[in-house]
Formats: sequence, C-alpha cells, structure tokens
Amino acid sequence: MGFPDRIERTVELAHAPEKVWAALTTAEGLGAWFGNEAAIDLRPGGAARMRWNEEGFTAEMRVERVEKPAVFGFTWGIYGLPAGDPRRTYVEFTLEPAGAGTRLTVVESGFAQLPEDAYHKAYDGNTDGWAKELGELAAYLDAG
Amino acid sequence: MPDNAEAVAEQVFAALADPTRRAILAALASGGPATATDLAVDLPITRQAIAKHLALLAEAGLVRAEPGERRRVRYRLRSAPMQVAQQFLAALARDWDSALGALTDHLDRGAQGPPGRPARRAAEPHPANPGTPSDHGGDDEG
Repeated sequence: MGFPDRIERTVELAHAPEKVWAALTTAEGLGAWFGNEAAIDLRPGGAARMRWNEEGFTAEMRVERVEKPAVFGFTWGIYGLPAGDPRRTYVEFTLEPAGAGTRLTVVESGFAQLPEDAYHKAYDGNTDGWAKELGELAAYLDAG
Repeated sequence: MPDNAEAVAEQVFAALADPTRRAILAALASGGPATATDLAVDLPITRQAIAKHLALLAEAGLVRAEPGERRRVRYRLRSAPMQVAQQFLAALARDWDSALGALTDHLDRGAQGPPGRPARRAAEPHPANPGTPSDHGGDDEG
C-alpha cells in the first residue's frame, strides 16, 4: 500500500491514432465521451474547459503538451481544494500505433506532494507550489 | 503530527470515523474557534468527553489549541491535514476506467455521433464516488 501519486491505464483501441487524437483533442470529441460540453484551445498554454451538466461541475484545464498524433498533456485542479489553489495534477495521453489500431496510455500524476509543501501551501496560501509543479513538469518533460 | 502524507491521511480518516469528532469539526468549521465548554453547550456530550476528542483531533493536526481569554484554551480548525487526505481521495476518485470505457464506446459508434452519453461519465473528480481500482494498467506505485 502506498500513497498514490499516479494513476496509469492503458487501453487498446481498434481505431487509428488520428481518429483517437481527434477524440482527445477537439471540443466535439471531448464533449462526446468525456464531459457534456467542452472547449479547447489546442496549443501549449492554451485553456480548455469541460462541463458535466448533471453534476454541475466544470473542469478548467491548461493544455501543456501537443504532439500530434502521439502526445497530449494537460493539467487540471484537484477536486476539493479551493478555487485558485496552485496544486494541480498532470494528465498525459500517449498514443502508439498498434496494428491497425492504437494503444492509448493515460497517466495522471501529482497526487502525492510533499506534505511539508501541502501544509505550507494550504496554510499560507502561497503560490510557490505552482512554480514547483511547473518545475516538476519541466523535469518530467526533460526526462521524457 | 506525522510527517508523511500517508500517516497524515490515516489519522484524518481515523478522526473522521467518529460521529462526535465529525460534529466537533463541523461546529468549529461553522462557528469558528471555540472552547471545550462552548462546544459542550451545542453538542449532546459532556465537556470531558469533548476534551478527550479535542486532544485526539489536536494530535492529528486537525485542530490547534490556542490561548483564549481567562486562560481558557480555544480550539481552531486546521484544514491542512484534510487536504492531504483529500489528495488521497482524489487519486481514487479520478475514474479513468470509466472514462476510457466511454472513449472506446464513442470511437466504436463512429466518432461523430452525438451524444449517446454513457450513463456514468468518468473522471468527475468527486471523492464521494471513488472509482474501483482496476487490476489492469500500471500499478500506482513508482
């Protein structure tokens, strides 16, 4: 047992990467399978939003990585933290051709952050967590 | 207070498992800092029992004792440990299994089709509805 920092799932899809890419990165696609409505500015730093009508919940995302048709990454907030809290998780989809289809891997990471940070961030409401998060993201990107 | 996230989360969950302690935390959240005597007025248990629960909550870092008037100790809610626990719940609640199932259905339907929405949409990050960890895909550790 451990404190989970990342969730990783892989699924084999019987569709070409280009088609999967469209489902992941267009408002039409995201609004069909993920949320009920979606908007996306598909470029690093671009904003994206998804809304679940039934739950009355809107997720604000920030596009981080766009490498068509292989890698799509974004960050979004952690439910339950106050609006504007700098802590976010990073979600990355990786698409690999597999025969005529696609092997799709999703990794969401950043759930377990240093508790000292969590206390300071939660308590002082400071914003250095965001810089740290981006540093981690940059390190992650460098390592990739 | 414990210094690693899992221990913090464990203490929070243990603290929240007791209805009296939940009532104490709820009273502090809605009414602000209070003494054990103040809390005993509003809750159907004795001051001594409340003091015992407050000691446990203080140990978990969920309340902080601070000096009040006439040497009476007041207790103030601290949310930081709950946010650590919240991260644990958030990791469980991100339901990628349902999301990927919905994506598969969407693509199989032809990818342009409208909205035959799946009954249960995924990845609503809602801790009250934790997803079932699946046995496929990578393990969470490492």
